[in-house]
Amino acid sequence: MNVCFYFQVHQPYRMGRYTVFDIGNHSNYFDDQKNEEIMKKVANKCYLPTNKLLLNLIKKHKDKFKISFSISGVAIEQFEKYAPEVLESFKELSKTGCVEFLSETYYHSLSFMFSKEEFKEQVLLHKEKIKELFDQEPKVFRNTELIYNNELANFVEKMGFEGILAEGADRILSWRSPNYVYKSKTTDNLRLLLKNYRLSDDLAFRFGEKTWNEHPLFIEKFASWISENQGHSVNLFMDYETFGEHQWEHTGIFQFLEILPEEFFKRGINFVTPSELLKQEPKAELDVHNFVSWADEERDLSAWLGNKMQETAIKELYLLESAIKKSNNPKLLEDWRKLTISDHFYYMCTKWFNDGDVHKYFNPYSTPYDAFILFMNALNDIIIRLKLSQKETPRNPSFNLTDTPSSIMG
Amino acid sequence: MKVLMFGWEFPPIYSGGLGTACYGLTKGLEHHNVAVTFVMPKGPENITSKHVKLLVAENYFKNTKIRIKKIDSILMPYLTIESYEKNLYLEKQSPSKNLYGRNIFEEIYRFSERAKIVAQTEEFDIIHAHDWMTFRAGINAKKISNKPLVVHVHATSFDRSGGTNINQYVYDIERKGMHEADKVIAVSNYTKTIIVRHYGVSPDKVEVVHNAVDFSEEQTYRIEKTDKIVLFLGRITLQKGPDYFIEAAKKVLERDPNVKFVVVGSGDMEPKMIEKTAELGISKNILFAGFLTGEDVSRAYQMADIYVMPSVSEPFGITPLEAMKSGTPVIISKQSGVSEVVDHCLKVDFWDTDDIASKILALLYYETLHKTLKEHGQIEVKKFNWDIPAGKCLKIYNDLLKK
Repeated sequence: MNVCFYFQVHQPYRMGRYTVFDIGNHSNYFDDQKNEEIMKKVANKCYLPTNKLLLNLIKKHKDKFKISFSISGVAIEQFEKYAPEVLESFKELSKTGCVEFLSETYYHSLSFMFSKEEFKEQVLLHKEKIKELFDQEPKVFRNTELIYNNELANFVEKMGFEGILAEGADRILSWRSPNYVYKSKTTDNLRLLLKNYRLSDDLAFRFGEKTWNEHPLFIEKFASWISENQGHSVNLFMDYETFGEHQWEHTGIFQFLEILPEEFFKRGINFVTPSELLKQEPKAELDVHNFVSWADEERDLSAWLGNKMQETAIKELYLLESAIKKSNNPKLLEDWRKLTISDHFYYMCTKWFNDGDVHKYFNPYSTPYDAFILFMNALNDIIIRLKLSQKETPRNPSFNLTDTPSSIMG
Repeated sequence: MKVLMFGWEFPPIYSGGLGTACYGLTKGLEHHNVAVTFVMPKGPENITSKHVKLLVAENYFKNTKIRIKKIDSILMPYLTIESYEKNLYLEKQSPSKNLYGRNIFEEIYRFSERAKIVAQTEEFDIIHAHDWMTFRAGINAKKISNKPLVVHVHATSFDRSGGTNINQYVYDIERKGMHEADKVIAVSNYTKTIIVRHYGVSPDKVEVVHNAVDFSEEQTYRIEKTDKIVLFLGRITLQKGPDYFIEAAKKVLERDPNVKFVVVGSGDMEPKMIEKTAELGISKNILFAGFLTGEDVSRAYQMADIYVMPSVSEPFGITPLEAMKSGTPVIISKQSGVSEVVDHCLKVDFWDTDDIASKILALLYYETLHKTLKEHGQIEVKKFNWDIPAGKCLKIYNDLLKK
């Protein structure tokens, strides 16, 4: 049996206090201080210790222990600014030859659903960054939050990718196993690698959960579960922050990881990277019309596009795209792109509120409504900047405050 | 289960949140088959209620001789020391027609003496007293009957005064009531913290029971209006933060001079607020509507585009729930009990008038935001049914009786 590890590394640019009164006065939408604090905290709790541990494991097990990462462009930028030592440690990992980097949108965005052009540009930006830092050219693509459907598969194949990751959701697999390599039905040859969500979530969500009936999860038990599987590979896909941030150190997650490779080897379980899996003959074709994602029980888009605020915000954002690009103003384009980060829409989600389950809820702002206000305030400021760059006199922002700023652009 | 309950006011005779809460709670208790005898000090002779046995101490015991020592004072349950002198002055100008007249100390004493007789005459299993004015009555009833006493704290001296100039007399009564009681009910965690920290009560003895809102049939009014309306509704006192409302209004009006602000309520800070409005040059946009009751209140909520509760210290705060019920989005102070339990609202620090003004403008201009908060608020508020807090009270009664 094989295991394929993929870890997602991402940190958004969280917005700061940006009130209606700031519109037109300044354009510092993001909370640099908070972003720095969080980056440093997560670097110390997760990125640095886990990278070190993985590097040691790779050295110890020579070419046998392999892993893959996808790091968003905005996470890389924040490593450069706030925690360059993390980036260095990723470079060290890359040099071992046992670490594969995947492709994604630079801004960890939902652009595929709203602008193919922007999607393509963000993927290329990310590709360049990965090449520059790690001297790798990704062959496998993973979309934000593992959002996937046929249309994306077609598009990505045309961009030259050979494989793509997706959630092994029951509704796309039905009776089939996620442990085989599949082909996307509408593509010529694009390989589909599916997350084994049960085994992945045992680590990512349940590992430290005392009420779970399998707690505490020892490596022997987990390894035996893996070895019971059949197929090309058990794909363990998860947020990298699982190690030390979502599952705190005291849960024993690091000790678990430290002995994981040798316990796997004992049972004849080997490690493969996504691009190694591309060589496998697809078990079947999968036909996926509706988008699937790896988020929540629903495994759909409702975490980002589940209410009117989210729909309005994202629609308005992309309606400004062509004007932004025509303005030829790099700083404006960069700020606009930072607003495409999917987390901004996630913070506007109200679906957990209705269940009264606020604990599940992770949000740097006090309510989803605050997230919407901040986002709209920023968009209203962007309109003013656009008008200025078009040498037009912007009208008084207070009277034009609107949640459909695109209408002002005409 | 029979409860002897001491309160200060009961609709239709009431001046604020305490009356509303007592009404809702007793209605909820009725649904749990709890028989409540509600005793309040004063009221009309013929006052009755459908769901409680309503006793007006003054009328009920007309022929009973109680000797009262007269102390001349105009202290009202919700006044602060600061406003005391001003009221004294106003009193001299024109004697008030307040519900409880000039002498609250006298009234409290009289009520507590009459409570002894009530306790001898009425049949009950438990005593439940609301706020400091009734604590002595509760303590006396306990002494006479040997039945467990629950005191229910809807507000403390620290809320009313903003934390300074605590009235020692009132504080002492509050403290004594909490210590003599077998259980203390706080309307929020926020209030529980004050009770534990400032009154030296063990946290184990304090149970939090959040308030709710009454869902009786309510008329929908057709309101024709052209202006955007932002509403303040509450006593115009330091505790309720009316000055922050006016400051935020000023900031909003600098951006949009067409918004109208309506202040519903009365209180010792009213003259000062009217003056301040004039000084800021925004009198044209701020309407002081005075104290309203009944359907006028419903009309005010329905008319408003936004309800703001900028309280400095709010033990609970039922008004935002009433506004949400009417489909009016709310901006509430984080320094409130209600903010512990409501999610579909905007939360602010009362002193942060930039933030309050910014959120008012956002709600007025971002239609999607207004619509989403309106819809979600109306759904959320449904869970604040009085049967739930009443059920928690019943559990507290049962636990005490088991001991």
